[in-house]
Amino acid sequence: MNARLLVRALRDPASVTNCDWPGLISAARAEQLIGSLAFRMESQPVPARVASVFGAARRDAAYARTQALWEAEMARRALAPLGVPVILMKGTAFHAASYDACIGRSVGDLDIMVPRASLDAVEAALIDAGWERMKEAEGYDDVYYRRWMHELPPLIHRARDRMIDVHHTILPLTARPTPDAGALIADSVELENGLRILSPPDIIVHAAAHLLADGDLAGGLRNLWDIDRLLREFAAADPAFWDKLRARARLHQLERAVARALRLAHRLYGTPLEKRDSPSFSIADRLFEARILARNGWGQEKRKLLRFAFYVRSHWLRMPPLMLARHLWTKATRRPARS
Amino acid sequence: MRHRLDIRIGPVAFRIGSAWKAPLDALARLYASYPAPEDGLADFTVRLEPERPWRRFIRPSVAIRGDYTLADAAPLSLAHGLLAAEMGMNLQMALGQKRYLLLHAATVERDGRALIMTGESGAGKSTLAALLGERGWRLMGDEFALLDMASGDLLPFPRAVSLKNGAIEVMQAEVPAERFGPRLDGTPKGAIRHMRPNAEAIDRMGEGATPALILFPRFGETQAVRGVGAAEVFMRLTQASTNYVALGRDGFDALNRLIAANPALAIDYPDTETAVALVEDFWRARAA
Repeated sequence: MNARLLVRALRDPASVTNCDWPGLISAARAEQLIGSLAFRMESQPVPARVASVFGAARRDAAYARTQALWEAEMARRALAPLGVPVILMKGTAFHAASYDACIGRSVGDLDIMVPRASLDAVEAALIDAGWERMKEAEGYDDVYYRRWMHELPPLIHRARDRMIDVHHTILPLTARPTPDAGALIADSVELENGLRILSPPDIIVHAAAHLLADGDLAGGLRNLWDIDRLLREFAAADPAFWDKLRARARLHQLERAVARALRLAHRLYGTPLEKRDSPSFSIADRLFEARILARNGWGQEKRKLLRFAFYVRSHWLRMPPLMLARHLWTKATRRPARS
Repeated sequence: MRHRLDIRIGPVAFRIGSAWKAPLDALARLYASYPAPEDGLADFTVRLEPERPWRRFIRPSVAIRGDYTLADAAPLSLAHGLLAAEMGMNLQMALGQKRYLLLHAATVERDGRALIMTGESGAGKSTLAALLGERGWRLMGDEFALLDMASGDLLPFPRAVSLKNGAIEVMQAEVPAERFGPRLDGTPKGAIRHMRPNAEAIDRMGEGATPALILFPRFGETQAVRGVGAAEVFMRLTQASTNYVALGRDGFDALNRLIAANPALAIDYPDTETAVALVEDFWRARAA
């Protein structure tokens, strides 16, 4: 099997009855979707051993949620005295807002966004509160992050061993599209505890940017599952949502990424889109689909060549050719980093 | 994967895939009398695969991977493939087990009551449990104790005992040769030889037991015994657990009930025979 069984189980749990259960579980674990799957399958009749695996995954998901919200609270306390807007992103934001996408959602690092002008103060406050640098100060990576990336070099908390990524926009500065960071912050929504999340259309734009305009599609199945859950919820809550999404995608110069994310979500998870008929699916879309599904029932990565091609693409998107050449040269010739 | 073997140990089922036949053949011999998991189902998947594609043939190197993987785990040579399989199963338990409170501890049972022995690696709990398992006790496990949080019972995990260095000779003197795997010399942990538990331990692997006594044994010291207070037991057991934090309140409550209901002793001992005699003394005192 490949990851298609996982997609089918998430999309239509009742359709999965007598299947390769260990294959489904391993693929779901490898794609960080075991928690989401466990909740989707909660009321399905499954063999006792599978039910106990899903039960444990649901318990683990509850812990992941507690831990993610606690990290957010720790960051809130550290940054409150600065009086700057602190916007939660990705999984932590879904949990903080209790969106449907948070059901069973695992969370790795804490991702936040702050105004670029506050970066120094935010970093200093986090370091005061126990977070530490992972990259050597003034080393190549450190300088590279600060000059060209959309986030600070990652920090890790010395007691809790959890990482925080502090963003000031949603794409590297070297990428061709330039999202409007000011608009992301201006339209963000305040939560009860004073932390903020992006507006619903901007959450989708960010998810699409992260999936298709930045990385190498690692974790793509989970990203698309987020997008599916979020789109269903946002479109149901606001009849004008699709118009707003279109406008924001244009504003952030990410119309192509958003359109492709929608096509992929529709294709894989049956996400209802604005128009009735299915969007046409190009040859390029098929390559994205094949890359996203490149996982087998042992949890192994498949299609090494396609994976490598998307890895190369991620660098190509990230920087202009001359800069890319210089970057790869530096990475290839330097001595191994201490970490 | 090219080769596959399914194994059930107590309540846990593993699916083990391998790029080579030899490690699974050795594993199948070692686990010969264990029941197969029902319908090919598994809680965890272990993968023994080449670290890089060409390392399947050229200087074969076994990377230990699976549902849960440590990024910096060092690969083993193909000759140590059996150890790789053991470490792969341990890894899934340590990182992925969330059904039971998992204690890094050996357990033996008599008359339905369980004795828990925990300590740092090298403290001798494995050897002591294996020896007791040949001397009138039922071996429940030499490595992981599974505490059922609802009932407070311990469930067996009687995997093949992993004997190291001096412990190999101790057990060879007690146990017929057919129950041993091959001797693996020069592993990262020194010499290793696996030993299949006896038939009773395997036949009764579905049968739990109520905890009765907690011991903290330490091998290689002059004989000494001291009682351990509840607070210290709590700290030691949280350190011995890989999933205590993740289990939240249920884990905390289960651990507290375990500690409240059971006396705990730290014992230092110069040799295993002394330890066996001490354990029998404590057990008689506990029963009285």
